[in-house]
Order: sequence, then C-alpha cells, then structure tokens
Amino acid sequence: MLSPRSLLIRGMLVGLAAGVLAFVFAYLVGEGPIDAAIAFEEAHSPPGEPGSVTRTVQSTVGLLTATLIYGVALGGIFSMVFAAAYGRLGRLGPRATAALVALAGFVTVAFVPWLKYPANPPATGSEDSIGRRTSLYFLLLVIALAALALAVYIGRARVGRLGLWNASILGAGAFVAVVVVAHVLLPTIEEIPEGFSPLVLWNFRLASLGTQVVVWTTLGLGLGALVERTLRREAVLTASA
Amino acid sequence: MSSISSSATPSPAVQPVAIPWRALQPWLLFGAVLAIALLYFVGTEQGVFHLIGGSGVHEFVHDGRHLLGFPCH
Ligand SMILES: [Zn+2]
Repeated sequence: MLSPRSLLIRGMLVGLAAGVLAFVFAYLVGEGPIDAAIAFEEAHSPPGEPGSVTRTVQSTVGLLTATLIYGVALGGIFSMVFAAAYGRLGRLGPRATAALVALAGFVTVAFVPWLKYPANPPATGSEDSIGRRTSLYFLLLVIALAALALAVYIGRARVGRLGLWNASILGAGAFVAVVVVAHVLLPTIEEIPEGFSPLVLWNFRLASLGTQVVVWTTLGLGLGALVERTLRREAVLTASA
Repeated sequence: MSSISSSATPSPAVQPVAIPWRALQPWLLFGAVLAIALLYFVGTEQGVFHLIGGSGVHEFVHDGRHLLGFPCH
C-alpha cells in the first residue's frame, strides 16, 4: 500500500524535476520580455541605485533557485492532495488520478488567478500598490481553492443520485460560477505605463502561463508514473511471495 | 489465475486502495505548512528574506517572482 511519507518524498522529487524544466522554459521564453521591460524601465525612469544582483545572476542562478523552491513546495502539497484523492475517484488508477489532480491544480492555482491578475513584467506595476495587489492576488487564490473544495463537495454529494458524469458537470459548474462572480466583483488593476509595448506584455504573460503549464504537466505525469511503477513492483513482489 | 486473466486482458483491473484519512491527516498538515512557508519566501513582497538578508535575496529570485506570476513592481 502507498504510504503518505513515500508519496511526499516522490512528490518533492517530481517537484524538483518540474522546477528544472520550468527554469529551462522560463529562461528560453520569458527572459526576452523581461529584458525588454527592463530596457523600457531604464529609458523612462530616473536612474536609480544599481541593483545588488547582476542581471546575469538574476536570469540564471536566481531564476533557477526560484523555480526549484516553487517546484519542490508545489510537488510536496501536490503529492498530499494526490494521497487524499487516490482510491476516492472511482476506479481511476494512479496515473489518471495524478493527471486529474494536476489539471484541477493548474486551473485553480495558476489559470484562474492569471485570468484576473495576470503576471506582469518588471516596470509595469506601481510600488505604492504592491501591498494591495498582493492581497487581491492571494484573495483570489483562496477563493479559487474554496470554489474547488465546493465543487468536490457537491460532486461527491450528488454522485449517488446523478451518476459520476453529471455530478462532475454539476461540481465544475459550481466552480465556474463562483470564479466568475469573484472575477466580476474583485477590482481590476490597470497600471501598465503609457507607451509600454503590448507585444512584450502579451509575450511575458504567455511565458508566465507556459511556465505554469510546464510545472503542472511535469507534476501530474511524473508523480503518476512513479506511483504506477511502485504499485506494479509491489504487486509483482506480492504475487511472487 | 493471473496468467489466465493476463492473457485475456492487457492488465487486470485493480481497485485502487485509498489511504485512510486518519493516516493522512498529519501529512496533509505538514505538506500544507511546508508549501505555504516556501511559497511565502518566493511569493510575497520581501517576505522573511527582507528580515534575514535585506533586499539581496529578493533581488536574487526576482525574475522568478515575476515569471511565476506573483505581484511585484
Ligand atoms: Zn519586480
């Protein structure tokens, strides 16, 4: 049988791999727009004090450190959610369970916040509003997580009467309804400075979303494959014993 | 028995066994605390790093903050 401890370790290992792949993607696709944004910043603002960290370090070791911490943290919690979901989603095996949990995680943690408060390149946000923007971002994240919990609750409560397919649609509908209401009610932030290239902004936001796709795809496929392999080995050992 | 069923179907359907909630609870808590702590380091403005190492660490992971979607400057 699977133990939570072994799942946590596997989740963090897969998260490490997700962090490495996220770094590769972010470095290749995201650093171009960041450099363009910093060039805009330097051309349009009075020269400030030079940063304590060089751009080369920021775009390589710094970026890798951030994606690794992010990947391992997310991999850890992802494996715990997987541990709770596995065996409770009908007959779904480890690979399908991990893929489904990763899809739900991507939509809830990455895509829904991105739709309302998309990632911004450097130089596009005001220093004064950072506290408010951070609060709103995490508020929407919490609302999305609550909407997911509601969807799971509704789906599980109705699966007996409606069947798996229709109960799932009902749960997903509840999730979308809560998210749409939150998107309408929460304030919109528009601080992009005059003259900032829309193409740079678009490319940066796509790079950010793409990085999340890389992270969650690696988590879902990676953990599913690892657990599947472990269970197969155990089955062989049990059969031969 | 297993040889017969495996020749008939590619792989025998095994009912997945759930981990009991009681065994899961401390690990779910641990995973949540771990994730929140680590995300806090990268994701929030300055965060604890500001207290530990000034703005140096904030600058160090700065590209990641922006690309991972956290609000920044
Ligand atoms: Zn910034």
